[in-house]
Amino acid sequence: MTLKIPRYEINREPFMTEAPDFNRKSKLLQTERAHKARIIAAIPLTSEEKLFQIQILDPKERDKFTFLPGQFVMLELPGCGEIAISISGSSSNRDFIELCIRKVGTVTNMMHRLEAGAMVGIRGPFGTHFPMQKMNGSNVLLIAGGLGIVPLRSSIFWVNEHRPDFQDVTILYGARDSSQLLFDYQYEEWQKIYGLNMLTIVEQPDEKWDGPVGMITQLFAEVPIDPDDTFAIVCGPPVMFKFVCAHLSDLGLPRQRMFVSLERRMHCGMGKCCRCNVGSTFTCLDGPVFDYWSVMNLQEAI
Amino acid sequence: MLYKTISKHNFRLMIEGLMEDNEVFGPKWRDLDMEGKKVYRFLKLNEFDELQMDYTRTYSSPKNFFLPFKETLATYNLVDTDWDQDIRYTVHPRVIVGMRACDINALRKLDEVMVKSAFPNPYYIARRRNTLIIGLDHEPLEDCFCRSVDADVVFKGFDVFLTDIDEKFFVAIGSDTGYRIIESYGGEEVTEADQDAYKTVKKQIESKFKTQVDVTIVPELMDLEFESEVWKKWGDKCMSCGSCAMVCPTCYCYGVEESVELNFSQATKQRFLYSCNLVDFAAVAGDHNFRPESHVRLKYRYYHQFRGFVEAFNQSLCVGCNRCGAACLAGINPKAVIDDLNETEKR
Repeated sequence: MTLKIPRYEINREPFMTEAPDFNRKSKLLQTERAHKARIIAAIPLTSEEKLFQIQILDPKERDKFTFLPGQFVMLELPGCGEIAISISGSSSNRDFIELCIRKVGTVTNMMHRLEAGAMVGIRGPFGTHFPMQKMNGSNVLLIAGGLGIVPLRSSIFWVNEHRPDFQDVTILYGARDSSQLLFDYQYEEWQKIYGLNMLTIVEQPDEKWDGPVGMITQLFAEVPIDPDDTFAIVCGPPVMFKFVCAHLSDLGLPRQRMFVSLERRMHCGMGKCCRCNVGSTFTCLDGPVFDYWSVMNLQEAI
Repeated sequence: MLYKTISKHNFRLMIEGLMEDNEVFGPKWRDLDMEGKKVYRFLKLNEFDELQMDYTRTYSSPKNFFLPFKETLATYNLVDTDWDQDIRYTVHPRVIVGMRACDINALRKLDEVMVKSAFPNPYYIARRRNTLIIGLDHEPLEDCFCRSVDADVVFKGFDVFLTDIDEKFFVAIGSDTGYRIIESYGGEEVTEADQDAYKTVKKQIESKFKTQVDVTIVPELMDLEFESEVWKKWGDKCMSCGSCAMVCPTCYCYGVEESVELNFSQATKQRFLYSCNLVDFAAVAGDHNFRPESHVRLKYRYYHQFRGFVEAFNQSLCVGCNRCGAACLAGINPKAVIDDLNETEKR
């Protein structure tokens, strides 16, 4: 007597014929299926950073791709590698995705060599977002250090597109020197058109710089903060979180109203590879956006 | 749960029958270790007598049938700056005979992550659903502490689970396929005598646990003793080789690597199992490593097993097989580490 074990043919299931919608994360998806996307512009911002405008090729897949400020995508260069990159553009821009990338590793260096027309892979969006809607009716403090302006820029777009929903909105931005200030061509627009109050500071002034000099916390002296009715979003190097969030906490701002974005190496973006483990959880699923109370409970988060 | 019994003769016919039409894997004796003890491994069976029903413990765990050391996630055809991606989840059905309760419980923990959580993993699901599992009870070894972490008894996650009650096996049936094969090979109703014999064997198994690990407040200790010297004591011995994670039945972390063929027209995306003890586990571009010290990495291996996983799934990730302890070149084992954490004077 023989017995053949019945075969389960997963390749015949309906999900195999559908492009994955990564917003439906409880569904069975082709998790490694990347949206093929074309670089439509590669814009140099500084000597190290470029802004890439990337359009998902298939109009149906493009239409399904929606994200919220603070989320990230996995950017794949087939044969080279895959990396997590925060989305820097507006969530209402359904035409293309903006990614600002510093050349620092294997994939990012290769990315900098690509020109408009090249095809890349996009999986996502992944991770948590800044809870912009919870901030309705309140003052918003947007604080960025260095590259932190990149994930923060999506929130700046959001605030502008929903400007009447917010009271006073202030951007505090610090960089090493004036050549490192990203998106400087937009500052005037953010202030005059968006109606945001923006203060910048650099650590190392050069002859062109006539603004304040020092650490970002110095800017607090110039900004009145109402701890009862303010939300803060803080993006930047981890050491900055400590000082900035401690200062805001001293002013009486509840830690649940301060949001930070953490960054770790990721190999999957989906809570499987464990590489972005921070404390008891993973940056890709419970983060990258955490409120500061959660961060205090995560060992070695900052 | 349905229970039956099957005679040992019929069990042999059943395995032989399964081997005729399917690939069947079981514990085989492969080697001798330095102390002259037999080294076992789950390998393909060509005949029934290769199956070592009295095996002690396989050096590496059967998790690799579900999470292979290396696995192709996608292949690409490259044409200039364009490419096409190909993804398949093709798996042929197979049978694994002789998995222990702890190893099946390990799979159930992996199911929590790979099947039941956000972004179910189709590669794992294809393998899991195409594998028939025939489990096998055993008397604990000197260093087994599965009982301390509630992994010594299993009620789900297998097709058939056998307990040796002398001339026959007492059989717990966990699936329709399991039911059909037992029926086809002369499965019998459980008699009162069988039930008594089963009870006696289970009591005997329970009485033979020698190693106990007190995990009562280990999740809390992971935070309270985060800065403890215990981590340095054990972590400084760690050689960061990753053997513990390789043999662990539940460690699932991995890395992804892409490579291009020499003809530049094909590329592959592969996943390979990793270990949080390897030096570059948390390294990022720009020469920053979030965990440059071996004792911090060792601590996080325990932190994930006894704290992170508990928070996420209300159970520890460890199943108490002590494979990591047996494999560790530096003599680090979970019992010693957790005992130290529990003892005030050693903290």
